[in-house]
Amino acid sequence: MKEEDHLEEKNPMEDLLRMDRIPHIWCPGCGIGTVVTSFAEALRKSKIDLDKTAIVSGIGCTGRVAGYVKLDSFHTTHGRAIPFATGLKLANPELKVIVFSGDGDIAGIGGNHFIHAARRNMDMIVICVNNFNYAMTGGQVAATTPTTANASTAPYGNYEYSFSLPYLAEASGATYVARWTALHLRRVAKSMQEALGKRGFSFIEVITPCVTLYARRNRLGDGLNLMKYYYEKSEIQHGADTRTVDISYQGKLIVGKFVDKEKPTFLDCMNEHLGKVLGDKYKSYGVSHE
Amino acid sequence: MKKVKADPKGVLTGAHYLDGDYALAEGALAAGCRFFAGYPITPSTETAERFSERIPSVGGVFIQMEDEIASIAALIGAVWGGKKAMTVTSGPGFSLMMENIGLACMMETPLVIANVQRGGPSTGLPTLTGQQDMMQVKWGSHGDYEIIALCPDSPQECFDLCIDAFNLSEIYRVPTFIMADECVGHMHEKVVIPPAEEIELVERKWFKGPKDKYLPYKPDKDMIPFMVKAGDGHRFHTTGLTHDERGYPALNAEFQEVCVRHLVEKIRMNADKIIKLEEDEIDNAEIIVISYGITSRVTTRAVQQARKAGIKVGTIRLITVWPFPEKRIKELAKKIKAFVVPEINYGQIVREVERCVEGQAPVIHIPHCGGWVHDPDEIFKAIKEASK
Amino acid sequence: MSEIRFSGFGGQGIIRCGLIAGKALSLFDNKQATMTQSFGPEARGSACSSQLVVSDDRVLYPYISAPEILISMSQEAYEKYEPELRDDGILLIDKDLVKSKPSRGKIKTYSVPSTRFAEELGNRIIANLVMLGFFTAITRIVSPEAMKKALPGLVPGRFLELNKKAFDKGYEYGKKILTEEKKPKKK
Repeated sequence: MKEEDHLEEKNPMEDLLRMDRIPHIWCPGCGIGTVVTSFAEALRKSKIDLDKTAIVSGIGCTGRVAGYVKLDSFHTTHGRAIPFATGLKLANPELKVIVFSGDGDIAGIGGNHFIHAARRNMDMIVICVNNFNYAMTGGQVAATTPTTANASTAPYGNYEYSFSLPYLAEASGATYVARWTALHLRRVAKSMQEALGKRGFSFIEVITPCVTLYARRNRLGDGLNLMKYYYEKSEIQHGADTRTVDISYQGKLIVGKFVDKEKPTFLDCMNEHLGKVLGDKYKSYGVSHE
Repeated sequence: MKKVKADPKGVLTGAHYLDGDYALAEGALAAGCRFFAGYPITPSTETAERFSERIPSVGGVFIQMEDEIASIAALIGAVWGGKKAMTVTSGPGFSLMMENIGLACMMETPLVIANVQRGGPSTGLPTLTGQQDMMQVKWGSHGDYEIIALCPDSPQECFDLCIDAFNLSEIYRVPTFIMADECVGHMHEKVVIPPAEEIELVERKWFKGPKDKYLPYKPDKDMIPFMVKAGDGHRFHTTGLTHDERGYPALNAEFQEVCVRHLVEKIRMNADKIIKLEEDEIDNAEIIVISYGITSRVTTRAVQQARKAGIKVGTIRLITVWPFPEKRIKELAKKIKAFVVPEINYGQIVREVERCVEGQAPVIHIPHCGGWVHDPDEIFKAIKEASK
Repeated sequence: MSEIRFSGFGGQGIIRCGLIAGKALSLFDNKQATMTQSFGPEARGSACSSQLVVSDDRVLYPYISAPEILISMSQEAYEKYEPELRDDGILLIDKDLVKSKPSRGKIKTYSVPSTRFAEELGNRIIANLVMLGFFTAITRIVSPEAMKKALPGLVPGRFLELNKKAFDKGYEYGKKILTEEKKPKKK
């Protein structure tokens, strides 16, 4: 058998996934798996040292991602993946740290941590899978549920305003902001790859179908119908003003790379400032002194 | 258990005039703590201030987080990133930390949390003393687990016990607490910091085996699993869910039994090794006063008075409050006329004493709602009453 | 055992007084000294105070109940804390800032123009050091050498000499008063 044939027999993601934990818990038609596939592709293409890459998740359907990816991986508490990742990164600055979690985790219960990590330009990538509802607990209304959409705790429809996550991220200080749908497999992977090559706080939102709960409750049909919706309603607008990208119920989905800029990270700022103030007494932290 | 000498960089050797909060920061630095995340809260803030001032020249990170939840989460992350880590807080902040204290227990993460207690409940008495979180520290997070909690009675002990706390947390891979109080935290006294070579530290129980053979929750012979840090190539997983020895979720009763029993037993079965008490004139005592923290100093004055009055009174100072010295109290209960328990709360540790005494002797509680320490006279009167 | 209270208004360096005296006693005079202070809004307000309990053995009760030495650098602090002073105690006040009532019991009152002296030395901020020098001379509870040794780290390095000068000024003034006090007795 030729080597190439042998390779074909292997699951292409085998070295990046914990195969001993497959099958995963996600429903058929759920988009989280495809986002993980894009992530695996991005990891491979970026050629970063996977031994120096860590992934942190919170709680929820997407919170389970950390458990399937074969990196140093942390499944933490609800909403606290970002501060956990902050400690991890600061303790060991040579790590590339990725937070992979859902909208409830990152923008709901963990919203405060999200804006503060962005404000500090903490060197990490936050991938937020947004499925418009709390899926793990049965489809409750979320901070991201479009107004008027139905949810199990908004049985007459949601009457609250929802967060526009790219706008929130940019306003808080993120240096890379992109949004895609799970249908944009390659573009998601490309954004992830770009973020992996960057320093600073990167935010990628991936709009993802929740077939079992959100779609069923709102009578939006099966996976195929949802794909069609994503296909027809998404509009790529790179560099769009994030103030204009909010999502209305079954409305247009403006996607693309909205922000990509450079700014010193938390540790850059700390080292530069303390170096300036303390002079020789201070040795830069997290940088090799050899 | 591998012992090492302290890194001189963090050790401010010499005699100083410090308050308890500052002494906590110095203890942490001497113990090798190089990561501190915290949120300002009276009366613990001075520890964060001191650490933030000292750490740039020692080498490490101080970060003021957005709240106490973030602080404790960052601590757990930092420990898995390879650092020794600490935070300080007080009542309201301590309440906010509870969920992630459970995560630290579940992930078997060694770290140190100091609670400089103030009067509660709620915002209570921010600038005045209390000992009202003594049960919360043991039971505050949901589920079954064990922790270690130490009680300093002076700035000197804030320093000394901080080092002990780091060592115990590393030995047992468990969050370890320093339950100080406003009085001790804010009082200035002489604190002697020994030379680095006299400070013995316990090194983290690093895993040295092949990279792909690491099991984060496989107990070693001493019950304690090995640790690694992220970035060393083990590609390990850890979770707050009930897990197997690989750290993979294992959501059933069978694994719950293994996992939770381990968390509890690694402390309970080592209680004798962990517990530190200070006993005085116990042998001929008819009355024993059990106290901890600042209350034990005030107690000593009352006891001196009682002994002058001819009462045979001994004292036990709980340096370790959790695990509770169950065995010792049970043993003494058989021969003692009465126990007296003063504490700055409305009845917390006294319940543990009562549980251990099992009705064999009266247990007289001297409650105090907080804001001040006991009047020694009050304790003296209780001793006198008990001796009748 | 002695109990001492330093009092004045926020910004006068009252807490610093307790720290310097406590450090001097604990580190250089072989005593045990526990210093506590008022915190919160009251510490920043008009009557701020720091307390010192001094003993040859371990201090068991950290707070003071009936001080035998009260130092007051403001009228309000004087009004607030004078009633608790033991009636055989010593009262030290700023001559220009505190108007004292006729003393009760055997209380001995000594006054020093600490703020005026400090202004003469170039900065009213060192009035507390004048008062500390005065306190050292009058009470003799702590040695002047120990007090001066305690200053580095507790006063800004570049003002160390000025602070020592202020201390000496208060100390000499106190000694002079004591000598004068003795004179009539010899007659």
